[in-house]
Amino acid sequence: MKRFALLMVALFAAAGITTASAAELTGTLKKIKDAGVIKIGHRDASVPFSYLDDQQKPIGYGVDICMKIVDKVKAELKMSNLKVEFVPVTSQTRIPILTGGNIDLECGSTTNSLERQKQVDYAPTYFVTGTKIIVKKSSGIKGYDDLKGKTVVYTQGTTNERAMKAYNDEKNLGIKFIPSKDHAESFLAVQTDRAAAFPMDDVLLYSLRAGAKNPDDFVVIGEFLSDDPYAIMMRKEDPAFKKVVDDAVIGLYKSGEINAIYKKWFESTIPPKNINLNFPMSEGLKEAIKNPNNTGVGACGKMKC
Amino acid sequence: MDFSFLSQPAFSGGGTYLGWVITGIKWTMLVSIFAWIIAFTIGSVLGILRTTKVIWLYGPATVYVEVFRNVPLLVHLFIWYFVVPEIVPRTLGLWMKQGMPMPEFWSAVLALGFYTASRVSEQVRSGIQSIPRGQTQAALATGLTMPQVYRHVLLPMGYRIVVPPLTSEFLTIFKNSSVALTIGVLELTAQARSISEYTFRTFEIFTLATVVYVLITLTVVVIMQVVERRLRVPGYIGTGK
Repeated sequence: MKRFALLMVALFAAAGITTASAAELTGTLKKIKDAGVIKIGHRDASVPFSYLDDQQKPIGYGVDICMKIVDKVKAELKMSNLKVEFVPVTSQTRIPILTGGNIDLECGSTTNSLERQKQVDYAPTYFVTGTKIIVKKSSGIKGYDDLKGKTVVYTQGTTNERAMKAYNDEKNLGIKFIPSKDHAESFLAVQTDRAAAFPMDDVLLYSLRAGAKNPDDFVVIGEFLSDDPYAIMMRKEDPAFKKVVDDAVIGLYKSGEINAIYKKWFESTIPPKNINLNFPMSEGLKEAIKNPNNTGVGACGKMKC
Repeated sequence: MDFSFLSQPAFSGGGTYLGWVITGIKWTMLVSIFAWIIAFTIGSVLGILRTTKVIWLYGPATVYVEVFRNVPLLVHLFIWYFVVPEIVPRTLGLWMKQGMPMPEFWSAVLALGFYTASRVSEQVRSGIQSIPRGQTQAALATGLTMPQVYRHVLLPMGYRIVVPPLTSEFLTIFKNSSVALTIGVLELTAQARSISEYTFRTFEIFTLATVVYVLITLTVVVIMQVVERRLRVPGYIGTGK
């Protein structure tokens, strides 16, 4: 038993050391310069923000904006040969991977929430969306309250999961939840009738629907259960790096370059299936571009928790 | 390390995060034990069949073992969960997805059980085949039939010989049960992941999960040591004294 106790002490000690080194890691610019490489976290199925094309290369609206930030970092560090390394992340792993130092920027479809702000810093909002649900047209579901006693699939680690669960708790709907690991898998659960609905940011639902075999079989319904401003994440307490990132993003807004990037991903055909989302810029996003900000939202959407 | 978050009220569903950990332990145990029942039963039958000399007995058993042990566990899981409901008749498939209680749990049990059965079968076969052929011949010479030889000579010895490797398989099934999180069974590892997502206490919760896995497997080891001591044949292998 003594040996077992020793083993446990060693385990705890090891965990302690890791925490300490993660906290000491400051100065992302220095880290990038020393390593000669900037690491970018991307998603695999957040169309059109951050996803893989048919050559398994990360592309998207968020990735494009991140590449503009990389240009700015190159200029700042005077390193024209700075290498870019892409690291895939999921809804669940994005924050630990970022705070652990394995990526320097997360360019996905991440909601700026007040709770996450305790862990990470955000660049100015670059997209504004909110939680809705996608259902099969034939299911006859018209609103959230029709989900009473039904099965709902959610992607683990999303703000939509919380908004839906908070709604369920408040209205006592008795929904049965099944977790899934990414948006593609969640939507598959709806397609195969395993779940009746999938709550997600509406723009992602429209893009999933557009990529489906029979888009007309599905509808996106409901009022916004939550407001979700998207922003690029970086590590906290790193003002020098944050300034470079903010300047790069605000620069895109001021120069109007953002409009071209937006048009490319939301109002033109995009790979890999050559679909056009036809998703014009919302008033919320126009406002966020006019007055760049990184205001976060509460954890449970419009419900209390 | 600060474990005070465990007693905090959890985000949803009432209860505390400690409650989530306990539900996780419950599902880990249930998946593992049900899967072990399948693995041990089917594995034993297959292992015995593979030692026979009749081709239509050992042939199918060999095919089963080679197919099941050569395909990754994760693929097994996905086949049971995603593929099987789509290839059976539509009403049955719908029932598997919606009507059946806890579809993800039973998929995990079947996948883990049938996969581990192929491994158990190899242990059982090696146990039986390690018994000197002279014992079978002697038993036949005394007038026992082949089934009686299995029942009274080969199986009682064979199973005793393979208790240690079967212990390893039993431990492995507890650890492999964590793969079930990929289809949404909220077992211990899945709960640890979602608690870390909600509380950002990643190091604490995974340390706790590690300790729990070690405790579960140590308990299994202790129980199996007792079984081994009770069952061993005096003067045969592994006894020493």
